[in-house]
Amino acid sequence: MKFLSKILKSVKPKFDEGGRLERLYPVFEATETIFFSTDEQTSKGPHIRDSVDIKRVMILVVIALIPCYLFGAINIGYLNAQALGISRGWVENFLFGMKQISPLIIVTFASGAFWELLFPVIRKHEVTESFLVTCALIPLVMPPELPLWMVAVGTSFGVVLGKEVFGGTGMNIFNPALTARAFVYFAYPVAMSGDKVWAIGPDGYSGATALSIPAAATNADSVALLSAFTQFDYSWWNMFVGFIPGSVGETSKIMILLGAGLLLITKIASWRTMVGAVLGLLGTAALFNLLSPYSSNSMLTIPPHYHLVMGGFLFGTVFMATEPVTGAHTDRGRWIYGIMIGFLTVVIRSINPAYPEGVMLAILLMNAFAPVIDYFVVKGNIKRRKARYAQ
Amino acid sequence: MALLSKASRSAVADPLLKNNPIGVQVLGICSALAVTIRVDQAVIMTAAVVFVLSMSNSIISLIRSFIPNRTRIIIQLSIIAGLVTFIDEILQAYMYDMSKQLTVFVGLIITNCIVMGRADAFAMQNSLGKSFLDGMGNGLGYGGILIVVSFFRELLGSGTLYGYQVVPQWAYENGYENLGLMVLSPGAFIVLGLIVWLQLQVAKPEDH
Repeated sequence: MKFLSKILKSVKPKFDEGGRLERLYPVFEATETIFFSTDEQTSKGPHIRDSVDIKRVMILVVIALIPCYLFGAINIGYLNAQALGISRGWVENFLFGMKQISPLIIVTFASGAFWELLFPVIRKHEVTESFLVTCALIPLVMPPELPLWMVAVGTSFGVVLGKEVFGGTGMNIFNPALTARAFVYFAYPVAMSGDKVWAIGPDGYSGATALSIPAAATNADSVALLSAFTQFDYSWWNMFVGFIPGSVGETSKIMILLGAGLLLITKIASWRTMVGAVLGLLGTAALFNLLSPYSSNSMLTIPPHYHLVMGGFLFGTVFMATEPVTGAHTDRGRWIYGIMIGFLTVVIRSINPAYPEGVMLAILLMNAFAPVIDYFVVKGNIKRRKARYAQ
Repeated sequence: MALLSKASRSAVADPLLKNNPIGVQVLGICSALAVTIRVDQAVIMTAAVVFVLSMSNSIISLIRSFIPNRTRIIIQLSIIAGLVTFIDEILQAYMYDMSKQLTVFVGLIITNCIVMGRADAFAMQNSLGKSFLDGMGNGLGYGGILIVVSFFRELLGSGTLYGYQVVPQWAYENGYENLGLMVLSPGAFIVLGLIVWLQLQVAKPEDH
């Protein structure tokens, strides 16, 4: 550490005002504060005494994502072994999976870092670390075999149009990682949806995801369909554990809950958003179950607790809906925001035949509405306070 | 020696960049989204709008002292509608396929805010020559954006330009894919947004 500090001190003059590399000061500042806490003091109010700054918060989120990465890698190897009909130990599975996802991670971070450094240098603001989280999230929400150039295009879109055009971290309307995913989803639908992309097997290997099975059938009971499916084990328990095809990080609900635990203990994520989303999902699914006898849509028959473990709902709720910038900021607003995400997820999943999964669109839509929710919550508070002191 | 006086030059040149009807005034967005999937559509649309705008501006400018103030909108509208119908008939007679592709959007030039806006805001106060140039300028400013947007949408979305294949076959064989988003209208919004961003950086209009 001493050694590092020495190096940084010795190159600092070059980046200071008047130095040769003055323009690149944001790059230097970012590197320095990753390793050492800043001695900069807040000049304007409000003042909060805390050793945690944005960088530490962001790093904690990245740590919370690590279990998802580890399991994601094992799962990719496991599904591949299953597809090829061979047996393989979990270490080999893990290595196979890592070989698949490390290019994804490298490309994401390289393209993310490029834009994330370019904009601060041109606009002369600080490099923010939220890009670490954005770039850590992107590989987790992509299918494991997505062509790397699509990853680069998607990441660039997410970082530039999802965040930088609005003025950088803290100003963005939409979650940049989800923006990247939505872009790739609509730009290259063949590579991002359907049955072929979620598990790595021999050429042309196809495996239906849990959500696409009831979506393809009419007038059927979804649980019966899922248990009759033999290619993958779509029992509730196995979907909870996560040995199923899907985006890299979304399959294991256990690992997601581990991450959620860390985020909740450190109070980084809002429990209100998470609980609200789960309640919204369960409630809407239960309502749809009641309505299912009147429709031929078999998505309506999915029981609430199945909805919870299918698709990327839990991942989106824990890591994306709770993003502090794009979510609602008031406590009451967080409840509404969460519940609406759960509600919309089920509505998009069940009622729109084009999208078997709906959590991405639900979160993006609610991102757009979060400021309105906050506005009305604050208005309501003012009104109530006025009424209280009216005499 | 200048071909045009300074005032008339700015009547043509201003709408091209500094006071662009789409990029700066944000008018006529609807058709800019609808007819920019392919360059050839955008070119025909541009020609139609330039014709309608310059003609409507000229006619209204000619008869501006006879138009009663209280009924001016309806009179402007019927002149514009007449011109649009005329161009629509021409397209149907000589470019039937193109007119099929453009569908209602030629007819909708009538309701394009740019045409109405220039007629009421400019042609009602200015001489024939100036109004004609103003119509030309605004039509070209509008069409310029249309063509730039459609250039990117067609190139990225379909891999063609003006109907000719541009992206080579080997690129597709090596895994390149067309950007499906560009064919959808959000693609137009995104390209348009980026152009507005660039334009505000370059032109720096006073009130921004």
